[in-house]
Amino acid sequence: MIAEIGHFATLLALSLALLQGSLPIWGAAKGDLRIMNSARTFAVGQFLFVAFAFACLIALYVRSDFSVLNVWENSHSAKPLLYKVTGAWGNHEGSMLLWVLILAFFGALVALFGDNLPPRLRANSLAVQGWISIAFLLFILITSNPFARLFPVPLDGQDLNPILQDISLAIHPPLLYAGYVGFSMAFSFAIAALIEGKIDAAWARWVRPWTLLAWMFLTAGISMGSWWAYYELGWGGWWFWDPVENASFMPWLAGTALLHSALVMERRDALKVWTILLAILTFSLSLLGTFLVRSGVLTSVHAFAVDAARGVFILVIMGIFVGGALTLFAWRAPRLRQGGLFAPISREGALVLNNLFLATATAAVFIGTLYPLLLEALTGEKISVGAPFFNKTFGPLMVPLLILVPFGPMLAWKRGDLLAVAQRLAVVAAFALIVAGAVYWSLNGGPVLAALGVGLAVWLIAGAVFEILWRVKFMRAPFAEAFRRAGGLPRAAWGTMLAHAGVGVVLLGIVGVTSWKTEVITTVAPGETLTVAGSELTFEGISSREGPNYSEEVAQFTVRREGEVVAILEPAKRLYTVRRQPTTEAGIKSFIGGDLYLVLGEATGDGSYIIRIYDNPLVTLIWIGTYIMVLGGMVSLSDRRLRVGAPRKRAAKPVSAPAPAE
Amino acid sequence: MTRKQRRFTVIGLAMGVLAIAAALVFVALEDTIVFFYSPTDIVEMKLDPGTRFRLGGLVSVGSIEQDGQHVKFVITDTTTDINVTYNGILPDLFREGQGVIAEGVLAVAGGFEADTVLAKHDENYMPPEVAEKLREQGHWQGEGQAE
Repeated sequence: MIAEIGHFATLLALSLALLQGSLPIWGAAKGDLRIMNSARTFAVGQFLFVAFAFACLIALYVRSDFSVLNVWENSHSAKPLLYKVTGAWGNHEGSMLLWVLILAFFGALVALFGDNLPPRLRANSLAVQGWISIAFLLFILITSNPFARLFPVPLDGQDLNPILQDISLAIHPPLLYAGYVGFSMAFSFAIAALIEGKIDAAWARWVRPWTLLAWMFLTAGISMGSWWAYYELGWGGWWFWDPVENASFMPWLAGTALLHSALVMERRDALKVWTILLAILTFSLSLLGTFLVRSGVLTSVHAFAVDAARGVFILVIMGIFVGGALTLFAWRAPRLRQGGLFAPISREGALVLNNLFLATATAAVFIGTLYPLLLEALTGEKISVGAPFFNKTFGPLMVPLLILVPFGPMLAWKRGDLLAVAQRLAVVAAFALIVAGAVYWSLNGGPVLAALGVGLAVWLIAGAVFEILWRVKFMRAPFAEAFRRAGGLPRAAWGTMLAHAGVGVVLLGIVGVTSWKTEVITTVAPGETLTVAGSELTFEGISSREGPNYSEEVAQFTVRREGEVVAILEPAKRLYTVRRQPTTEAGIKSFIGGDLYLVLGEATGDGSYIIRIYDNPLVTLIWIGTYIMVLGGMVSLSDRRLRVGAPRKRAAKPVSAPAPAE
Repeated sequence: MTRKQRRFTVIGLAMGVLAIAAALVFVALEDTIVFFYSPTDIVEMKLDPGTRFRLGGLVSVGSIEQDGQHVKFVITDTTTDINVTYNGILPDLFREGQGVIAEGVLAVAGGFEADTVLAKHDENYMPPEVAEKLREQGHWQGEGQAE
C-alpha cells in the first residue's frame, strides 16, 4: 500500500506543480493579487506532497519491502538501519525524488518567507519553479518511478553498492543537490525579471541570499565528496578531475562568479544583464551536472544509448530550460535598462576581473569535460582528458585571480586608488614572500613552485585578515577604538574575510599534499617495522572480522613516532557478501602536519602483504579550508542587511561613503 | 578616461584573458589527451613504442602472475592478446575475466608497461568496445552499462 500512496502523492504533487506553473503568471499578467498569491499555497502544498512521497520511500526501505523494485535493487535485510534510510537516495530513482524534494522545499521557503518580495516577482518566480518541478516530476513518473512493483516478490534484496554504504556519502548527495537546486532560485528570479522586463538593485538583494545559500551547500557537498573519495577509494587522492567531479565544480565556479556580480549589481546598479546571464548559466550548468551524472553518458556515449529513455528525457529538459531561458534572454535583455559604466580601478572593476577569470576557468573545465564526449559522438574515437589538461589550463587561470583577491575588498567602490592599496598591502606581500623564502630555504632549495604556492596561500590568508585589521584601524588607533570598530563591522565583511582566507587554507593544503607527498609501495612480513616520513610502522599481523553484511581481513599496524605509540592503524579488505564485491578500507591517522594513510594489498603467499603507505602533508587543510569558506557564507548570510531581505528601493541606492561596508 | 576608453580597457582585458585561456586549452589538449585503444587497435595501427595510451579489454583467464608487487597479466579483446606489466597494488575489482583499463606506454620489447590500472566500481563493468565485440561473438549478454 505504501508504495501506491507514495506514487499517488507524487501525482498530486505534479498536479499542484501544473497549477503553480500556470495560474500565478496569468495573475501577474492581469495584475490580480489573489491569483498571484495562489502560487504560495501551491508551492507549500507541492512541497508537502513530495515530502510525503519521499517519506513513503524511506518507509519502504526501512521495512525492507522487496516487492518494490527499487528497494530490491538497492537494499538488503541485513543492511544496517542507517544505510537502509540513506539507501533511499543512494540510487537513481530515489535521488531524483530527493532532487524534486529539495526544489519544492526551496519553493516553499520563498512562498512562506517571501513576504517582502514584490508580489509580481514572487508570483512569476514561483511559477518558473513550478515549471522545473513539472519537468522533473514527469521525468520521475515516466522513466524513473521509485515505487514500481516487482513480481514475484524476492526473498531478499541485492544490497546497496558497498562503496556507497558510508556516512559521508549518505550526506553528500543531499548537500550537493541543495546546491544545484538552490541555484534554481537565482534562475527563477532571473526569468521572472526577464518576463517582467524590470530589474533593479533590489532584485540583486533578493537573489544574493539564495545564491549564497546554494553556494554554501554546494561547497560543503563538493568538499564532502572529495573527502569520501580520499578515504574510501583507497588511492590517497582528493580530487581526480573526474567528469563527475567536474559536473559539480562547474556550477560552483559559475555560482561563485554570480555571488560576486550580484554584489556589483546590488551596490552599483551595474552589470545587470551579465548577472542575469550568469544566473541562467549557473543553473544550466547544474542541469548539465544532473544530466552528466544521471544519463550514463559519462561511462561512454554507448552506455547512454543503452538507457536512452532517461538520457534523452533529461537532455530534452535541459534543452527546453537552457534554450528557452537563453532565447528569452536574447529577446528581453536588450530592454533592461543598462547600468552606468564605472572606472576599471575600483571595487566593481576588481569584481569584474573576478568574473572574467572565473567564467573563463568554467569554460576551460567545460571544454575538458565535454570534449571527449563530443569527439566520441562525432568520430567514434575514444580519448580521455585527465588531470594534466586541467592542471595546465585551470591552474594558470587561477593564479592571477588568487593574486588579485586581497586587492578587491581593499579597493573603494566607484574609484579606487590602486597605488594606496598596493602600499598598504606591501606589508602582507613582504610577509608572504618571507614565508615563501623560509620554506624554500628550510627545504634546502625545495621545489620553487611549492615555495611560491605556500607564499600565495599566505598572501591570501594574511591579506584577508589584514583587510579587517585595516578597517578597524588596528595599531593606527587606540585599541579600544579598534575593538569598537570591529564590533561595528557588518557581518558580511567578516564573511568575506573568512571565505577568502578559506581559499588560502585550501590552497595551502593542495600545495602541501601535491609537493611533499611520499608514497611507498612495499611488502611487509608480520613483526617487520618500516619507517616512512618520520613514522615507524610495525606490522602486527592479520585477523578476520565479521560485519553485519560483510566479512573483512584486518591488518594491525602500530605507529610510533620517536619511540612512542601514536596510533594503531587497521587497514582492511572487505568482502560484501551479497554482491560478492570487495572494497578497500584505508587506515588513516591525521597528525597536525598531515595524514598517514595505509592501504592493504594482496597477500604474497608467504605471510607477507603488499602495502601502500602515503604520507600526505597538510591534506586535511583542504577540507578544513572549504568549511571555513562555508562558515564565511553563514556569517555573511546572518548579516542584518541580508536577513531583513527585501529592502525598500530607496535603501538600495549605493551609498557614496569612501569605504562602504561589504 | 572617457567612456569609450573605459569600455575599450574592459573589453580589451576580457579579450586578452580569453585569448590566453584559449591558447592554454589548445596547447593542453594537444599535449595531454590520452587515446583509448583495444589490443587489436594496437596491432592494426602499428603504434610506436613509448606512445602513451589507455588499453582496455578483459584480463585473460589464468594469465595473472604475481611476484610481490610486480604483476604480469594479459589483456585480451578475444582477438588479440597483449602482455601487460605493472608495479603496485591492483584495484579491488581486478579479477580474471574482468574488464579492465590500463594506462601506460608501449614497451620497446613489445608488451605494455602500465602505471595505472583501473577497474570500474561495478562488477559488471566492461569497456564498451569489448562488450560489443563479445556480444557479437555471443559470449556475453550484459547491458554494458556501469553506474
